[in-house]
Amino acid sequence: MKRRRLIAGAGALGLAGCAAPLRPPRRAQVVVVGGGFGGATAARYVRLLSQQRIEVVMIEPQAQFIACPGSNAVLGGTRTLDTLTASYDALTGRHGVTWVRDTATAIDAGRRTVTLASGAVIGWDKLVLSPGVALMFDEVQGLREAHDDGRVLQAWKAGPETLALRRQLEAMPDGGVFAIAIPESPYRCPPGPYERACVVAAWLRRAKPRSKLLVLDANADVVSKPALFKAAWRELYPGLVEYRPQHKVIGVDAARGTLRVELQDDVRADVMNVLPPMRAGALAVTSGLANAANRWCRVNFLDFSSTAAKDVHVLGDAVQAAPGMPKSAHMANAHAKVAAAAIVAELSGLAPDPHPMLTNTCYSFVDEASAIHVASVHEYVAAEATFKPVAGAGGVSAQRNEAEGAYADAWARNIRADTLGA
Amino acid sequence: MPLPHPLAAAALLLAVPLAQAAPGADADALQQRALAATCAACHGTDGRPVAGSAIPPLQGRDRDGVLAALVAFRDGSRPSTVMQQIARGYTPAQLARLADYFAAVPQ
Repeated sequence: MKRRRLIAGAGALGLAGCAAPLRPPRRAQVVVVGGGFGGATAARYVRLLSQQRIEVVMIEPQAQFIACPGSNAVLGGTRTLDTLTASYDALTGRHGVTWVRDTATAIDAGRRTVTLASGAVIGWDKLVLSPGVALMFDEVQGLREAHDDGRVLQAWKAGPETLALRRQLEAMPDGGVFAIAIPESPYRCPPGPYERACVVAAWLRRAKPRSKLLVLDANADVVSKPALFKAAWRELYPGLVEYRPQHKVIGVDAARGTLRVELQDDVRADVMNVLPPMRAGALAVTSGLANAANRWCRVNFLDFSSTAAKDVHVLGDAVQAAPGMPKSAHMANAHAKVAAAAIVAELSGLAPDPHPMLTNTCYSFVDEASAIHVASVHEYVAAEATFKPVAGAGGVSAQRNEAEGAYADAWARNIRADTLGA
Repeated sequence: MPLPHPLAAAALLLAVPLAQAAPGADADALQQRALAATCAACHGTDGRPVAGSAIPPLQGRDRDGVLAALVAFRDGSRPSTVMQQIARGYTPAQLARLADYFAAVPQ
């Protein structure tokens, strides 16, 4: 144990206190950019699978981890944001990950370095990039200004904006209109907007029963669990939730309270929650790793290595997805484990796993207590060099039920603990 | 880049004593652990969920009992909300490896 402690010396910094070290290390075997479900899981599992022998530096500017799954319940008033918030203490203390609290601003794949906003430069043997999504505010006319003014919120990255949107809903008069605008797929969390409609409607039904909730969907149909969501709207929220497919919001006028919809009449709303199109996080784009339409990152799925740069691995929502692969927290966690195992194997001189597997389960609440799921299992198919859903596996709930509400809560707590090593 | 310590690869093994480790076994153990990690998002790392979890633990359970449950989920004879759909994604051999792994995780 003593020897292990010495090798994991970087972790000793974490044991000494919760804060990230003042001066970042000059290099590490593995540098992880991003401390969300993908990045934190990768950092934790490289440590775990290498028996703490491979040093890991994680770069993440946020002071704390805030989970997006569950954040719709904050809008619905059944959860507080602090129940979704966790520290990185276990990752640094128990697992010996060195956390550098800074923003990565540039990647030099040739020199194998990453540059931070502070100006510090960290060298690496393997870089893991898990940058999440960037919201393309400029794709919707007027949205950037309205968002910067705090009038039209996204609340798609859980945090202060989640609380701000909750305040807007609380201030909305009974009889008001709350509109959720959904971009064309792919976007982060396919069932998320529809769950948001359900749990906010559950609250409106009690608190402001004369109100209306409009779902303006750029897609031709509900993207995830369509029959189950539509049944919930029809049976639980008749006259409250109205779903409009093929309603692509292309402009906002916050002063007039209107949304401009492609090929449709303008829509008036008191509270507007506009989700713009999304793409891989900014660093993936500026570093040239977003080589699929300058939007998502192509990877070799056997180990999630970038097709644009050697020894750089990209995870999570930023990846140009394989067939049937959602942009979800669960999937990012699963990507991270495949990448971590491949990195540990390579740095240990072992053969890579020829047949990695991924699972995904996305639970969605449809009221305060009942939930529905969509699940899938994905296997690496060598002949096609991609992951494919295993035929005959996966599926959705038979119907909404409270047992899955309890499973959804357990899932949220277990995946967070798995990700952060808490 | 190889690890600096000669025992580094051997240490990848979780449930097998270090002395038994051979290079092939190391890769195999790592793959088994990675396979088991596909269960961890719901059931907790190494099958240890958080306190009060409605999703049950897998760690330290009887190997044959876990395998029988997985096979029953897979063939549909055991009712479930999600586990039938998940178990059908794995081959019988993979389910056996999972049962082996979780039975061997130390308490």
